[in-house]
Amino acid sequence: MIALIDYGAGNLASVRKALAAIGASVWTPLVAGEIGRAHGIIVPGVGHFNTTRSLCDDWRKAIQTMADDGVPLLGICVGLQWLFDGSDEAPDAKGLSTFKGTCFPFTQHVSGRLKVPHVGWNSLVMPRPSRLMAGVKDGTQVYFTHSYAAPVVDDTAAICEYGVPFSAAVERANVSAVQFHPEKSGDAGLRVLSNWYSDAV
Amino acid sequence: MLSKRIIACLDVRDGKVVKGVNFEGLRDAGDPATLARRYNAEGIDEVVILDVTATIEDRQARAHTIAAVANEIFLPLTVGGGIRNEGDAAAAIEAGADKVSLNTAALDDPGLITTLAKKYGSQAVIVAIDAKRDGHGFAVYARSGQALTSRSAIEWATQATGMGAGEILLTSIDRDGTKGGFDCELTAAVSDAVNIPVIASGGAGTFEHFAEVFTSGHADAALAASIFHFNEKSVSDLKQFLAKQDIPVRK
Repeated sequence: MIALIDYGAGNLASVRKALAAIGASVWTPLVAGEIGRAHGIIVPGVGHFNTTRSLCDDWRKAIQTMADDGVPLLGICVGLQWLFDGSDEAPDAKGLSTFKGTCFPFTQHVSGRLKVPHVGWNSLVMPRPSRLMAGVKDGTQVYFTHSYAAPVVDDTAAICEYGVPFSAAVERANVSAVQFHPEKSGDAGLRVLSNWYSDAV
Repeated sequence: MLSKRIIACLDVRDGKVVKGVNFEGLRDAGDPATLARRYNAEGIDEVVILDVTATIEDRQARAHTIAAVANEIFLPLTVGGGIRNEGDAAAAIEAGADKVSLNTAALDDPGLITTLAKKYGSQAVIVAIDAKRDGHGFAVYARSGQALTSRSAIEWATQATGMGAGEILLTSIDRDGTKGGFDCELTAAVSDAVNIPVIASGGAGTFEHFAEVFTSGHADAALAASIFHFNEKSVSDLKQFLAKQDIPVRK
């Protein structure tokens, strides 16, 4: 069973639908204590980094403990940003610091005709092999919608560029995350979700 | 490189896809889920469901239509038409929409844009603007193009952006359903005035029209309905054409 964490960060329907399509069973734990039985954990998210404050100490500890025990953890969009140290979007809200660095606004880097938010299909380059991005070729396009981005780090598994290069996917051991929306990225997105899910079963 | 998006619009009434010309004279174009499945297979980037009569007939976009379409695609899905308040938006999102499109309701109460942007994030809030040429400017119309407002398209797009809109869906009433080409002048004027993506709509008839609106129209995305519905043109052929013109598209 996959625990899909609902901390009020918008719509989970499309994530649920995509997980059903790859054969995953999913539930949304009501309290942090419930996630102990999960074979995998997904931290989704759209919108503002500040919403991750709803993941209070109980949830943070429970998710961290599971990740330390080797349970596959996947962050999506703001869920990826939450696995970094934090974001300039809400400096007081701390991330889990699995990956080092602070998420930055595109407005710092983009100029001219580039619009913010970065909305739409953009292409990926894989700097190294990873389990998460296995079978996804350089140049594959996936769907993004975000105004803040995570820096490229050693654990970056996919890079995208929008005025500035940023982490489109990260992976270290059992912890991985994507800035794009695999649930809205057609076949390529389902492939990434399947790759992750195969570690959870 | 960020691709220019091709968006298929399903104008829905009574659970069927319909399409008119200049917002009038609707004709039946089939089942929404069937069309969505075809567009998905052809490589469409996004789908919009607009309940074309919802605002007039005081009816919400139907949840079962949204769910039926959502089940066919793993792509962004927008729902508009009759989203008048937070409850309507919540119902559409619960049924499977990723974004809601506000039109008349946002004109009546611009604060709704901010309320929804705070609740779901700006990426989930599209403000749809129906504009018509008016002398040297572009006037905004409400209620499916039936009621002239005192606003200009540029002024309203700028205000909506400031209130938290994540994208603008800009429809030229003059061109809607005519297949005479997008209004590139209108699109460029609005796109240059705001720093959020602008989706051009109204007038798609040939592949060249799309190329024009992505170049001289400065559009970030283009939406079409009739050109795709009646099997006149396929999305995949359109993308091949645009790629040859060096316009970035998703393959």
